[in-house]
Amino acid sequence: MIIEGKTGTWEIVVGLEVHAQVVSQSKLFSGASATYGGEPNAQVSLVDAAFPGMLPVINGYVVEQAIKTGLGIEATVNEVSVFDRKNYFYADLPQGYQISQYTRPIVSGGRLVIDLPGDRTKTIGVTRLHLEQDAGKSMHDQSPTKSYIDLNRSGVALMEIVSEPDIRSPEEAGAYLKKLRAILRYLGTCDGNMEEGSMRCDANVSVRKVGVTEFGTRNEIKNVNSIRHVMQAIEYEANRQVEALEAGETIRQETRLWDVARGVTRSMRSKEHAHDYRYFPDPDLLPLILDPKAIARIKAAMPELPDAKKARFVEAYKLSPYDAGVLVAEQEQADFFETVAKGRKDPKLAANWVIVELFGALNKKGVDVTNSPVSAKNLAGLLDLIENETISGRIAKDVFQFMVETGKDAASIVAEKGLVQVTDTGAIDAAIAKVMAENAAKVEEYRAGKTTLFGWFVGQVMKGTGGKANPAKVNEILKAKLSG
Amino acid sequence: MSLDPATVARIATLARIKIAPDEQVRIAGELNTILDWVEQLKTLDTSAVEPMTSTVEMVMPQRADQVTDGGYPNKILANATEPVRVSTTEEMGGFFTVPKVVE
Repeated sequence: MIIEGKTGTWEIVVGLEVHAQVVSQSKLFSGASATYGGEPNAQVSLVDAAFPGMLPVINGYVVEQAIKTGLGIEATVNEVSVFDRKNYFYADLPQGYQISQYTRPIVSGGRLVIDLPGDRTKTIGVTRLHLEQDAGKSMHDQSPTKSYIDLNRSGVALMEIVSEPDIRSPEEAGAYLKKLRAILRYLGTCDGNMEEGSMRCDANVSVRKVGVTEFGTRNEIKNVNSIRHVMQAIEYEANRQVEALEAGETIRQETRLWDVARGVTRSMRSKEHAHDYRYFPDPDLLPLILDPKAIARIKAAMPELPDAKKARFVEAYKLSPYDAGVLVAEQEQADFFETVAKGRKDPKLAANWVIVELFGALNKKGVDVTNSPVSAKNLAGLLDLIENETISGRIAKDVFQFMVETGKDAASIVAEKGLVQVTDTGAIDAAIAKVMAENAAKVEEYRAGKTTLFGWFVGQVMKGTGGKANPAKVNEILKAKLSG
Repeated sequence: MSLDPATVARIATLARIKIAPDEQVRIAGELNTILDWVEQLKTLDTSAVEPMTSTVEMVMPQRADQVTDGGYPNKILANATEPVRVSTTEEMGGFFTVPKVVE
């Protein structure tokens, strides 16, 4: 995105840091539960609360999850990585340091292909992915004088995934987060739930005059908890920086908070002196050495990821890249579509029904595809009835409505309501004869050249048969009869 | 490398240690002797030596991903100053409290 300023045109440069909570039963370095929402401080071990003498022991499954994610973003999984202490003081950090990875992360040098409007794509570099501990939760609204601290989240495993500053607009930032979220969910390494905080995003934003190759001074925006807010915060911050620079100010590198209520970013003063984290290797932990055979084994068991699935849908089912992209956004949607489309003559019909009718209905009900009242098997059954001409496409939409309401299968609704399509030419002939007899004047007009009336005749015949006549047959016979 | 009193003041702030201005000069001197010693060590060529991470040859042990710990908020909060209990039963847990930290 280009910002037109008073002194020229400006370009936005964005890098994103995503904190993704690793899907696991227990924490990164302790055996306490890592699930969301327990009673306060009930999912805390003596390790998480930093009692003296407690030692961290790494969760092997979390390491596997990080490897899987690294492979999913086509990155290098490092056979040797090291845990460091990142030192700072805060009430929800009982150790006084966060165990993280600084100089030698477990994963480095990946990439992500993002989908942009008009079937365009762009590759965004991923600098690194490292494992680290989450902090506890502070609550500031419970008392006028106190902050409350719950350590349940303390020590839960996070993957920090850092992008290169390759992002050039709020839209690209949104597309990056969507794609990363999809990959994490396909892999089952993070549930991607931004509202519950299991995926959080900080944005590094700077601006520079178009044509300039050096980066401007960046600001880090924290506390953004939805993709939409990330996009809004970037847009606001970039415009703020352009205005400041054009007014002759300099941008000071700082941490800013996104204020949802006011729609602005503001300086986070407490962090001004806190940027010296005095990292050093954690003496409680040995280097993390990975067995190349274990990495190969994880690689062999990788599921099909969104980009590959999209390409296959376009190839195998002849879908448009756009439709394929919509379907693969969530693995469950893609699976639903495949169940409906498998072995079908016209998979494009299946895609249309899933995207337009089903997603429309689900949206209205506010449920996702896993709670669909219409099962994939039942939708396939409905499409079978269309394809073998038992019902018309128009009737099918009515049948579908009943299916959404009742959860019944298509065949029994069609039988119950007597909606079987009339393909019997005798019945259609009779309906046409009736319409023509009752509208002799219109027939004359048609024959005198007013052929636009044809659609009206089709409508009347369909109405006369309760919508059950096969439209193709009606068209064919009507055309012949009207021409005399 | 040489530390001045201002740098000492900054390190003290980061470490949450109160050091009076008249002590800063003395502590700068003490820290400088440590740094000088490190400078001396740095003259050694270690380019061919792997960093030593342990005195014993061993691989870092790993745990299975099972919940084996936690569930004792009463123990966690035993030494807390002014904890707030959410219920009278101890298993229900409660919060640590600290003077209000507001952004």
